[in-house]
Amino acid sequence: MFLWFHKLGSPPHFYRIAGKWIPWLTWIFLALVIAGLYGGLILAPPDYQQGESYRIIFVHVPSAWMSMFIYVAMAICGVVIIVWRMKLAEVVLISSAPIGASFTFLALVTGSLWGKPMWGTYWVWDARLTSELILLFLYLGIIGLHNAIEDKRVAARAVAILALVGVVNIPIIHYSVEWWHSLHQGASLTKFDKPSMPPSMYVPILIMALAFQVYYALALFHKCRVELLQRERNSKWVEEL
Amino acid sequence: MLVVEGPNGCGKTSLLRILTGLRLADGGEILWRGETIDRLAGDYYEQVTYVGHHDGIKHELSCLENLRLARAMGIPSTLDLDDVLERVNLYTYGESEVGSLSAGQKRRLALARLLATDSLLWILDEPFTSLDKASMEMFSVLFEQHLQRDGVIVVTSHHDISLPTRALQRLNLGARV
Amino acid sequence: MSSRLSLGQAFVFLLRRDLLLALRNRAEYAMPLLFFVLVITMFPLALGAIPELLARIAPGIIWVAALLAAMLSLDSIFRSDFDDGSLEQILLSAHPVAILVLAKVSAHWLVTGLPLLIVAPLLAEMLGMSAQAQPTLLLTILIGTPILSLVGAIGVALTVGLRKGGIILSLLVLPLYVPVLIFASSAIDNAAMGFDVSAQIYMLLAFLLLSVSLSPWATAAALRMSAS
Repeated sequence: MFLWFHKLGSPPHFYRIAGKWIPWLTWIFLALVIAGLYGGLILAPPDYQQGESYRIIFVHVPSAWMSMFIYVAMAICGVVIIVWRMKLAEVVLISSAPIGASFTFLALVTGSLWGKPMWGTYWVWDARLTSELILLFLYLGIIGLHNAIEDKRVAARAVAILALVGVVNIPIIHYSVEWWHSLHQGASLTKFDKPSMPPSMYVPILIMALAFQVYYALALFHKCRVELLQRERNSKWVEEL
Repeated sequence: MLVVEGPNGCGKTSLLRILTGLRLADGGEILWRGETIDRLAGDYYEQVTYVGHHDGIKHELSCLENLRLARAMGIPSTLDLDDVLERVNLYTYGESEVGSLSAGQKRRLALARLLATDSLLWILDEPFTSLDKASMEMFSVLFEQHLQRDGVIVVTSHHDISLPTRALQRLNLGARV
Repeated sequence: MSSRLSLGQAFVFLLRRDLLLALRNRAEYAMPLLFFVLVITMFPLALGAIPELLARIAPGIIWVAALLAAMLSLDSIFRSDFDDGSLEQILLSAHPVAILVLAKVSAHWLVTGLPLLIVAPLLAEMLGMSAQAQPTLLLTILIGTPILSLVGAIGVALTVGLRKGGIILSLLVLPLYVPVLIFASSAIDNAAMGFDVSAQIYMLLAFLLLSVSLSPWATAAALRMSAS
């Protein structure tokens, strides 16, 4: 098991394996997305409170989950980078950041679109949206810091530290924002109250979440391969490609 | 004493910084008396004094204040600080702000930490920058004395540091990989 | 061969050195304080000097200004040491770097955070903050500003080696400051209305404890990265 992990960490090996997986992942993703959207947009009944406009949660909720999941994944990479200085972990971390940022942005946009038909404004200082906004800043910070440092191995250490500091702070920020929101909005209609969910609603959400996971793997493999080629361009295995 | 030589840009400074632990090597490890310097940490650092490109002194403080700080960071030597300044020809500047000194004087103060602390291993990157000939000879004598006390010096320098008696090892990083 | 100083002695030594340096660079350290006052002054000018409005938002204004002033002052923790090579010497010391970092951050707080205790009440008065909120204001500043220094130090340590480090520093540090901002301004708000503030104060104390125990290590790791 440990040998497998060690072998996976070798760049040429990962490059090959990832390359083989990409076509499969693409098909699986497409299948899941179509199933999820069909289930969510067509099969699921309209919500008795919010009508048709609630359907955006089929994209909003899974995106928000992914934005958190990817950050935690980056933090785990951070530990691997600091303790073992594994090159693959460095590549995975920095490749994940833009994907995570995109999911965060998607969550913000879909959250905002959800808001418009309901109370007429594109933005509310809701606890979750505000947390997602701060999470977006954290992602941008990682991307920015990595860009600013020339030596990419040193940059990897920097973002590893930043990711770990971020992951410790995210629960704190999340809790603080929840607390802040409950203070100022009172007990009024919690805007993004999830409607009580029959299976026809939460199953499509789960399918979409799975679809997004597959998409993450897909996009990650793509980006990692490109990044590996870039970093290892002077090494033998790249020349032999 | 190990003299590291090679053309500009071949990595002499990087090598020295890796030896001090300031920079991480891409592969391999640095061992001091059989143990990695990561594991030894403070025990290794108290035996090392490093003088790099920067002088490592605060311009707003006096010479004596700077040396006291250097001592606080490592193991103090038994020399009185006034004696230390005397030996590097900075005795009269003890209380003067370093900012008012010339480049050569600042360099002498930076190297004075070698006398102010008690360490076995001296890692020096271009120690003779900005120094005049007399100062260079003075410090060469200092290096000789350190080696005679079983000290170790790793140095890189554009100037020719030829010490009379000691066996010198030379490491040339010039070969193009 | 004598032995090295005890950790406590080294800590005090570095703390005193930094205080001495701050004394000799007085102008540089006065700027953030001035900035604090300036920012707060801007609000009545921008919003109109309506007493009820200003009194209502005073806690928020003061704390946002405190955050911004803290950000401005952070550069001074490591910049000078980085530029003249003293940082390398600190990293190469026989003592654990995290403790030495704590000494430097403590000095920074004494010089930049503590003065706010004197200035903030005056400004609160100018904004019409109710008198019963003043003690809470002071308490939040006393507990909150060390957190700003500790957490900010991580950000500076990550960016001190960069050419345009100051720009990205705000992006890195301000999100981390949000919890302090929320609980500090809420505490003062509550105090102004006569409500209990213990929940907020306990949260701030918890943040302070967390920062003191974790941030020196993160800062030390970041400094090693920046110096390499």
